[in-house]
Amino acid sequence: MARSLLRPFGRAGVHLALGGYTLIALFPIALILINSVKSRSAIFDNPLALPTPDTFSLIGFHKVLANSNFLLYFGNSLFVTLTSLVLIILFGAMAAWGLSEYKFRGNRWLALYLAIGIMIPIRLGTVSILELIVKLHMVNTLSALVLVYTAQGLPLAVMILSEFVRQVPKELKDAARCDGVGEIKIFFQVILPLIRPAIATVAVFTMIPAWNDLWFPLILAPSDQTKTVTLGVQQFIGQYVTDWNSVLAALSLAVIPVLVLYVIFSRQLIRGLTSGAVK
Amino acid sequence: MVRQTFPWHVVFFLAPAVLIYSLFSALPLIDTLHLGFYTSDDAGLNHFTGLSNFRTILFDQTWSTAFWNAMWNNTKFFMIHMLLQNPIGLLLASLFSLKGLKWARTYRTLIFLPTLLSVVIIGFVWQLILSPLWGVGEKLMGYVGMADSFAPWLGQPSTALLSVALISVWQYIGIPMMLIYAALLAIPEEILDAAHAEGASGLRVFWEIKLPLIWPTLGLVTILTFVANFNAFDLIYSIKGALAGPNYATDILGTFFYRTFFGYQSQIGSPTMGAAVATMMFLVILIGVGIYFFFVQRKLTRYEL
Repeated sequence: MARSLLRPFGRAGVHLALGGYTLIALFPIALILINSVKSRSAIFDNPLALPTPDTFSLIGFHKVLANSNFLLYFGNSLFVTLTSLVLIILFGAMAAWGLSEYKFRGNRWLALYLAIGIMIPIRLGTVSILELIVKLHMVNTLSALVLVYTAQGLPLAVMILSEFVRQVPKELKDAARCDGVGEIKIFFQVILPLIRPAIATVAVFTMIPAWNDLWFPLILAPSDQTKTVTLGVQQFIGQYVTDWNSVLAALSLAVIPVLVLYVIFSRQLIRGLTSGAVK
Repeated sequence: MVRQTFPWHVVFFLAPAVLIYSLFSALPLIDTLHLGFYTSDDAGLNHFTGLSNFRTILFDQTWSTAFWNAMWNNTKFFMIHMLLQNPIGLLLASLFSLKGLKWARTYRTLIFLPTLLSVVIIGFVWQLILSPLWGVGEKLMGYVGMADSFAPWLGQPSTALLSVALISVWQYIGIPMMLIYAALLAIPEEILDAAHAEGASGLRVFWEIKLPLIWPTLGLVTILTFVANFNAFDLIYSIKGALAGPNYATDILGTFFYRTFFGYQSQIGSPTMGAAVATMMFLVILIGVGIYFFFVQRKLTRYEL
């Protein structure tokens, strides 16, 4: 049967539209990557040309690595996002299980209390968060960022994980209970392994905002030892704004790891995104 | 399961999440809303001043001009997203969810890429492209014979906000696109097959079947855009700095909040005034979310399958 919108003429139009937009989406990133490996004069003479043996130069990358602790910033970002993710998944799954498995007074209120955090941005509490972090002597520590991102990610994670926890067959839980297994053991040995498919979805919604955030690193942990990539690049570029080689190399260094991860995980990521959104 | 003893295991399951969320999200928010009613003296002590901070923001000449400027810019910023980001996202999602389309996954994956990157990176990338120094923008426009209309858009007061908003649209289009795509996938095949069998055109299927079925998702996309826009900061801070120039043309509530809290140039930052600005932002977001839950969502759920 002929799909009316996919007649040959229509099909070409569809590809034209999608291909055109794909070009718009990729061009700026490609432009940065291409020019980051060119000499200064080549960057200005012909920005749209690919690097040739004549114009190839890695000077920008040498400068960035020599003038900033880029690898340290990268490690900081990795530590903060991964630790937050582990805490969000563990504590989120525990809370999702606690809320959907047991009936107790105030259950629905507690669920609503947690759900408010999905809609109200945590940033609005920054004044008091900073005060609290100062009181706890945690300014310029990565733990401060981990705690804030965990608090930020938990509400949505609890909602997504609740959907998964509710799908666990009743027989599985009852069988374990008949064998006299304790509730806590049931969670860790039966339930937690079953929510593995949800991890991708939770990771998409919690890791990306944490990795890319500028606000909290800027306010809670701006020291050179605790800078994240996002803040590090932002400040590096602010300092070297006229050195185009350095700026382009710094941008590329920030983009490349994400690009590599995306090439590896894009399928899981998009599946996580769409399955999380349908629910 | 009926248990006689106190359900310690329930406490065990809930305590970590509730504690971290309360301590670092809920309580600071409540405390901020509370702090907006205080003022601090030179010794750093806080005194209750009632609504005086809010009166200052709304009625003091210097403050109110800055506040309403940020508010109005933020509204324009949001409207640009609603007019461009969400319709284009809808169009792209409907195109690559068409059945039997080749390379659909490739398009989807590539178009989503910018959404993954940090706003800070994106901001700088576009700043370079639009820079008259580099001339890439001018060169590209030259290919379509429009080199003369090129201008330093990010630097002109009349075009700066629009340019920043367009950069934000370019980056975040992936989110509405993916949410709408997921909703389109969830439409049962039989409905579409039946419509096609009856001879309905692709366009008609879209308007009369798909669109009504994804209204709830479009509602969700709207409120998510609203919350994200009225809470935005990173992009403008990295392109234009805390002063949101030129001459506050790109100042939105997020940058206004940051300046009030931390101070800038000659003005000294004030946590209590900052808290008052945060409270105003909270009210704006609360009104938006309230409208969504009480009107939009209630009306829309009727269409759900």
